[in-house]
Amino acid sequence: MIEFVQDNEERIFQALDQDVGKHPVEAYRDEVGVVAKSAKLSLSCVEKWMAPRKGDLPLVFFPASAQVMPEPFGVVLIMGSWNFPISLSLDPLIAAISAGNAVVLKPSELSPTCSSFLAENIPKYLDSKSIKVIEGGIDVCEQLLQQKWDKIFFTGSQRVGRIVMTAAAQHLTPVTLELGGKSPAIMDSSSNPTNMKVIAKRIVGAKWGSCSGQACIAIDYLLVEERFASDLIDLLAKTIKQFYGQNPIESKSLCKIVNKNNFKRLLDLLKDPLVEASVVYGGSVDEEKMYIEPTILLNPPLDSQIMTEEIFGPLLPIITLDDIYESIDFISSRPKPLAIYAFTRDEKFKKQILSRTSSGSVTFNDTLLQFLCDSLPFGGVGQSGFGRYHGKYSFDTFSHEKAILQRGFFPELEPRYPPWNSFKLHFIKLAYAFNYIGLILLLLGLKK
Amino acid sequence: MRSLCVEPFQNFSVVDTGARRTLTYCSPWKTNHKHEAVLFPPPSRPIRKSLCICLSSSSKLPVMMEEEKKTFDANEAALLVKELNESFRTGKTKSYEWRVSQLKSIEKMVVEREKDICEALYKDLSKPEFEAFVSEIAMVKSSCKEALKELKHWMKPEKAKTSMATYPSSAEIVSEPLGAVLVISTWNYPFALSVKPVIGAITAGNATVLKPSEIAPATSSLLSKLFEEYLDRSAVRVVEGDVPQTTALLEQKWDKIFYTGSPRVGRIIMTAAAKHLTPVVLELGGKCPAVIDSDVDLQVTARRIVAGKWQANNGQACISVDYIITTKDFAPKLIDALRKGIEECFGTDPMESKDISRIVSSNHFSRLQSLMDEYKVYNKIVVGGQRNQKELKIAPTIFLDVPGDSQLMQEEIFGPLLPIITVENVKDSIDLINSKPKPLAAYLFTNNDKLKNYFVQSVSSGGMAINDTVLHVTVSSLPFGGVGESGMGSYHGKFSFDAFSHKKAVLYRSFSGDSSVRYPPYTPEKQKLIKAVMNGGIFNIILALMGWSRD
Repeated sequence: MIEFVQDNEERIFQALDQDVGKHPVEAYRDEVGVVAKSAKLSLSCVEKWMAPRKGDLPLVFFPASAQVMPEPFGVVLIMGSWNFPISLSLDPLIAAISAGNAVVLKPSELSPTCSSFLAENIPKYLDSKSIKVIEGGIDVCEQLLQQKWDKIFFTGSQRVGRIVMTAAAQHLTPVTLELGGKSPAIMDSSSNPTNMKVIAKRIVGAKWGSCSGQACIAIDYLLVEERFASDLIDLLAKTIKQFYGQNPIESKSLCKIVNKNNFKRLLDLLKDPLVEASVVYGGSVDEEKMYIEPTILLNPPLDSQIMTEEIFGPLLPIITLDDIYESIDFISSRPKPLAIYAFTRDEKFKKQILSRTSSGSVTFNDTLLQFLCDSLPFGGVGQSGFGRYHGKYSFDTFSHEKAILQRGFFPELEPRYPPWNSFKLHFIKLAYAFNYIGLILLLLGLKK
Repeated sequence: MRSLCVEPFQNFSVVDTGARRTLTYCSPWKTNHKHEAVLFPPPSRPIRKSLCICLSSSSKLPVMMEEEKKTFDANEAALLVKELNESFRTGKTKSYEWRVSQLKSIEKMVVEREKDICEALYKDLSKPEFEAFVSEIAMVKSSCKEALKELKHWMKPEKAKTSMATYPSSAEIVSEPLGAVLVISTWNYPFALSVKPVIGAITAGNATVLKPSEIAPATSSLLSKLFEEYLDRSAVRVVEGDVPQTTALLEQKWDKIFYTGSPRVGRIIMTAAAKHLTPVVLELGGKCPAVIDSDVDLQVTARRIVAGKWQANNGQACISVDYIITTKDFAPKLIDALRKGIEECFGTDPMESKDISRIVSSNHFSRLQSLMDEYKVYNKIVVGGQRNQKELKIAPTIFLDVPGDSQLMQEEIFGPLLPIITVENVKDSIDLINSKPKPLAAYLFTNNDKLKNYFVQSVSSGGMAINDTVLHVTVSSLPFGGVGESGMGSYHGKFSFDAFSHKKAVLYRSFSGDSSVRYPPYTPEKQKLIKAVMNGGIFNIILALMGWSRD
């Protein structure tokens, strides 16, 4: 796998450019680099991860040993996604392999160049008897889902997540669903102008710098106090220009929209007149090249589609509040998102966000980086999914933890067996309470 | 009071939680629910319109109970979930104090009402008091004790290491409750398998609904009463009932569903959960094999098998020994030892012993009877075989070498019938086990270390015990759960807390140390530096910064 990404870096960049217009830097940072890092970590840790773990045993079991041993599930199915078509296919693949499974990978058909690149080249580097890449669309997915898998790992939308889980239920197949949601960013007032510049960069980077907003952990919408809104918008506009130049659609650093369907879907979000009227920056599109300019909206109606569905595109609504603390109720009254970003130095506010909202993850004063932190589990909760991976969590996600108790034949405890009497009951009660002294006294006839 | 049933349902044959026959089931309910293409088990009452006797003092109750049952429909269920979610949102269940208060109440409940609990278990299953204590009451008590002792520690966020890629930063993993969870329990250990998951849910800070099994009606109604008396009604509730009530509950959006029961119903639960993307823990069953090598201490082995079969609710347990595999030569010795062991534990006539549970219901009795009477196996009985339909008793019964395609070897037995299959070489047993769905537990008795290792490496099961049976589930540092057909997810000890928690990843960053490398416009230099940072070497980073990267 490491060789695969090293040998084919250029070709991967080209495929990503073809499918989503991804710049090589983004492609390395979010795809090639992630896969290389994952593979290296697994390689260095797999022996440790595979080792059984000891469990604590109460004395009353003596002599005995208890351990938990990870074992592979068997044959697993990984369904990749189109927005990070290399890393969201290969990272789970690395995980499944390190846990010892045979794997079928089904890359997304919406990123066809990457899909066929994987189908053609993975067999050249990996054991093609145990690891297969199957290409195709909905009909192929349906056929695959009818089979009995030992585990299914799915990255994608909630709608398809339901279909996958329903199919898995027929075979009692455990699933990990990496879904999405509306990941909000909160910005409070406790930042000085220098920090504000950094915040603006991080917001712009997290929205448009990640597949042009087509990322499960991209900032979906922003919450800020009314009085800071216009300054923030100005700053964001400046930063956008800084990153993407005067004409972002011409910039090589911005991804395109993956296909016509999604392009239309995004345009439809803007069709609502009230939504259209709330656009304060951007809004222009190039239908032929399928680019949408970074677009900011201010206070679109909360019941509009753009505020009820996951946007997954380069449109950023900003919702203003009277008091930033209201953001907590705002977020917690909506489905649990995959990520929450909060720019604040108010420690009390941070604590409230952590305890009164629920999300896959929370990142303070930055964006997206939680994805790179291998010691943090990456996964959703509620509508944003369940299960997790990255680092050792990847290995665990594709393993069954088998509990093993080993005993000897000696000594043998009579009170375990019928016929029952009050002595045996007393014995067991003491044993359960780990009252060893009591047990000894009982056995010596000194306890009633 | 026994649960009431006026049968509105016709045209169904026998099934209940634990049995796995597929049946057609016509019900006026079905037509309203498009998603119920798969059938849901009807109640375990016999195939006829029946009016169960109401043992309470009120004569108005038959009609009232029917109405009561009917009124818990989807609307009621929705209101219940709403109420619990509101309660959850107040933050009450998240507090350490609330969790401790509920755990202490459960402990109190078990101590003060031990007698009532044993009585209910005896009513439902003729469970001997000893077994009731050991396998139900003691287990719940020790769960509470452990949770109370460890809760502070479990609730603390776990620090996580950070790497060069996110420097400077700090990270932690925060455990938080999921919200409102549903625990659907079963009939064979109706007290423990209801209360233990509820303990897990409460320990993790959730609002909880418990739906006990209607097949253990005395325990179900006792639980309803006890929870009302001892626990915080605004966040912990019991809903009694059977198919309609469970269906109504399953239509709601829960934050987690924890189910103990059969694989067949497990599928239905997971399908219902899929609609709301609700994660599930399914504690199911399977055919738990015990492989017996010939180098064992025969007496101890036989007694441990007796303990793991007939002492475990008379074989009606998900982890009881379902069948035995041993060598042809050793089988006769083993059978003798088992016969002796049975006699030592249950006397010369086990049917008279007070130390063994009965079969839970006439449906299950009929099911087990037909397993015994199948033409392929009925003449393979070597021990036992007696039965008493009136008292719902079947003696510990051992079969020798029944055919692999007999029902006895195809279905989970869940009763006092023990087939012994012989093989030429004890190692062959592993292929036999692996040809079947993965069981919840697998047992091996041997002194041969090589065989132990081979067994542990080659057999996949929820859990395993070497040279013993069943005990591994009492070790709270070991996860208890299945794999494949035997289930998904696990609990016990801290695993219970984890099962009902969401582990939220938290990354703390500051504003200092912001590098323009992260941001567009992208350049080849930035590319080199990103590579160096992600590959983690400080040396590479320095090289890249100086323009000397290796690419």
